[in-house]
Amino acid sequence: MNQRIPVTELASDFKGRAREALADSQLRSNFRTAMDSLMRKRADAFSDEDEREGLRELGNHIRARSLSNLPDLLEQLETRLTANGIKVHWAETVEEANEIVHGLIEAHDGRQVVKGKSMVSEEMEMNDYLADRDIECLESDMGEYIVQLDNEKPSHIIMPAIHKNARQVSALFNEKLGEHVSEDVDELIQTGRRILRRKFLEADVGVSGVNFAIAETGTLLLVENEGNGRMSTTSPPVHIAVTGIEKVVSNLRDVVPLVSLLTRSALGQPITTYVNLISGPRKPDELDGPEEVHLVLLDNGRTGAFADAQMRQTLNCIRCGACMNHCPVYTRVGGHTYGEVYPGPIGKIVTPHMVGLDKVPDHPSASSLCGACGEVCPVKIPIPELLQRLRQENVQAPGHEPVSVKGAGSKYSRKELLMWRAWVMLNTRPAFYKLFLWGATRFRALAPKKAGPWTENHSAPVPAARSLHDLARDHLKNSSIRRERL
Amino acid sequence: MSELFYDAAPNATRVAPAREPERRYPDKPAEVSLFGTCVVDLFFPEAGLDAIRLLEQQGIQVHFPQQQSCCGQPAWTSGYREEARAVALAQLDLLDDGRPVVVPSGSCAGMFRHHYQELFAEEPDNLRRAEELAERTFELTEFLLKVCKVQLVDRGEKHKIALHTSCTARREMNTHLHARELLAQLDNVERIDHDHESECCGFGGTFSVRMPDISGAMVLDKTTALRGSGAAEAISADCGCLMNINGALEKQQQAFRGRHLASFLWERCGERQPGGEQ
Repeated sequence: MNQRIPVTELASDFKGRAREALADSQLRSNFRTAMDSLMRKRADAFSDEDEREGLRELGNHIRARSLSNLPDLLEQLETRLTANGIKVHWAETVEEANEIVHGLIEAHDGRQVVKGKSMVSEEMEMNDYLADRDIECLESDMGEYIVQLDNEKPSHIIMPAIHKNARQVSALFNEKLGEHVSEDVDELIQTGRRILRRKFLEADVGVSGVNFAIAETGTLLLVENEGNGRMSTTSPPVHIAVTGIEKVVSNLRDVVPLVSLLTRSALGQPITTYVNLISGPRKPDELDGPEEVHLVLLDNGRTGAFADAQMRQTLNCIRCGACMNHCPVYTRVGGHTYGEVYPGPIGKIVTPHMVGLDKVPDHPSASSLCGACGEVCPVKIPIPELLQRLRQENVQAPGHEPVSVKGAGSKYSRKELLMWRAWVMLNTRPAFYKLFLWGATRFRALAPKKAGPWTENHSAPVPAARSLHDLARDHLKNSSIRRERL
Repeated sequence: MSELFYDAAPNATRVAPAREPERRYPDKPAEVSLFGTCVVDLFFPEAGLDAIRLLEQQGIQVHFPQQQSCCGQPAWTSGYREEARAVALAQLDLLDDGRPVVVPSGSCAGMFRHHYQELFAEEPDNLRRAEELAERTFELTEFLLKVCKVQLVDRGEKHKIALHTSCTARREMNTHLHARELLAQLDNVERIDHDHESECCGFGGTFSVRMPDISGAMVLDKTTALRGSGAAEAISADCGCLMNINGALEKQQQAFRGRHLASFLWERCGERQPGGEQ
């Protein structure tokens, strides 16, 4: 039985969804307000510029070093986790990961799952997979709970329901829960907490994500603010953690700066309310905690990114969301426009390895390359540079070898290539260029009033009566400085 | 920073480039080449000419190599690396005489300063030439302020302006700081902050035609912020942004306009030189 209700119908392509989002003034204002506030909070949390830059650099070092030892660290992680009593599972694809999770739930006759916030479980579309198998998987993070209640997907990786304001959440609660709740945020949260508290106690299995997996000690670190992560990982008898293979770091010293970068970049917090360090199931002399703990390590295209020295930098990401908070495009179109699990600048560079560039052909172009994302990235991922790399991959001719990004060449157009070749002729042969300038300035009155998409937002550009080439030549001929020197 | 944070550093195997060290500037040269840029060439030639006049006012002989065209940026940002390389090579050959190159646009200057080295990374000879070009490339406001160390004398009336800085100029060339410092030298000019001042105007080269809806929303917000600032006009040191902003304002049938910083400075501080054609 499939209990899924189709999510709100959005346009089928990026540009169509962007148009819809741009026309939605409520959505625009929700995002602008929220992103402005998040930018301010981050700026306040990093008031010392030198400290911030030193920490970002350190964060970049740690992530790069971790990735350079990735195979060894993963092996060490498995050994230590196993020694701690945590069972490790490897999944190359989301299908495999879902099968593993489903198998574990089945083995315990589980029917109810409660989940802490996990973007990897979103990658897996775990809720739908389990719902199709008659297993209820309830989101326990307040934002995730709200989007699940409304049959939506998260619109932000840290704040899944950021596209809704309190009035919209109140209306949703009134409609779906049949309770009268005001627009008061505290009251809304209390309502959610009351419902979730019961679910935590009833759940057969708890699922969570992982922020950092620490190889040396075999520890899973999870940051959160609501306590739902701790409840999901301690209250049910079985805890299944799911994460990407890139989340491993060497030791506990590494996570101190990384957590600080993460919480300050994401929400401007010095540290989150809860920092969970999970080192194994309940021991015989302990009173609480799960009886079993599992970790599912998911690849889902990450090894493809790992194999490419430049694109490997995408795996540095610690999922703070600062790039989307500062992105002028994300701020205007919101997370759902991207149509994928990871929206915003980081989504544009991690998604191609997961689903193929041909499934997200417009993503690399949907950026003015303004650089705000790269400037705030806590681990210094050069996002604009990687977007440009993806643009290059995306216009590769069919049959181009080697294929370094899955689905490359999805924007190849012979017509556009020929246009650029003509542009090369014009700009490498001064005689052509001068002829072009002469024609454009001489016949400026004939400049077309419509110039493709440009004239949707602008009046048509009219060339000047004389080019700088002309003006400069005449001016410099008579220049006093020149005469003096000659 | 806490000692604890530095614990992890000694194990690092890869060191990311640190923040760029502050650029060291040469003494004022006797001659420079002006690289006008293709947008200025065709749409804002007066701004290019005013840049030449400002440089001459500093006693510098300006050359305008007549074979110049475009820096290659449009193809480079669109993913057409080979095509960008071909055009870049033509400019590299042209500007190979060792003269300092002044560019009245931060994003084109940034192309010379940072991206030519990426384009020629696999070609040792060209890479060396690209590095050498990067060393002697200056954005106009940077050159006036840091190399010429100008002291501007404001001859204009009281005036309020808003400053818009191109994103690449800001992030690759620090143009926002240089432009602010120059404008602060003008006694009768008040620079007024505008809403979301550091945000992109939505141009982004081919982005503006590939994603006209998003770009249009961005430029509408930018023009609204500029008009709402209380300034009489907008000043920018980048004609890509100006083409975007002015084109949008014209379409919106607004009287407000943006102007290149070089033209603004020349209007207020220009000085007739004896015997000189101005």
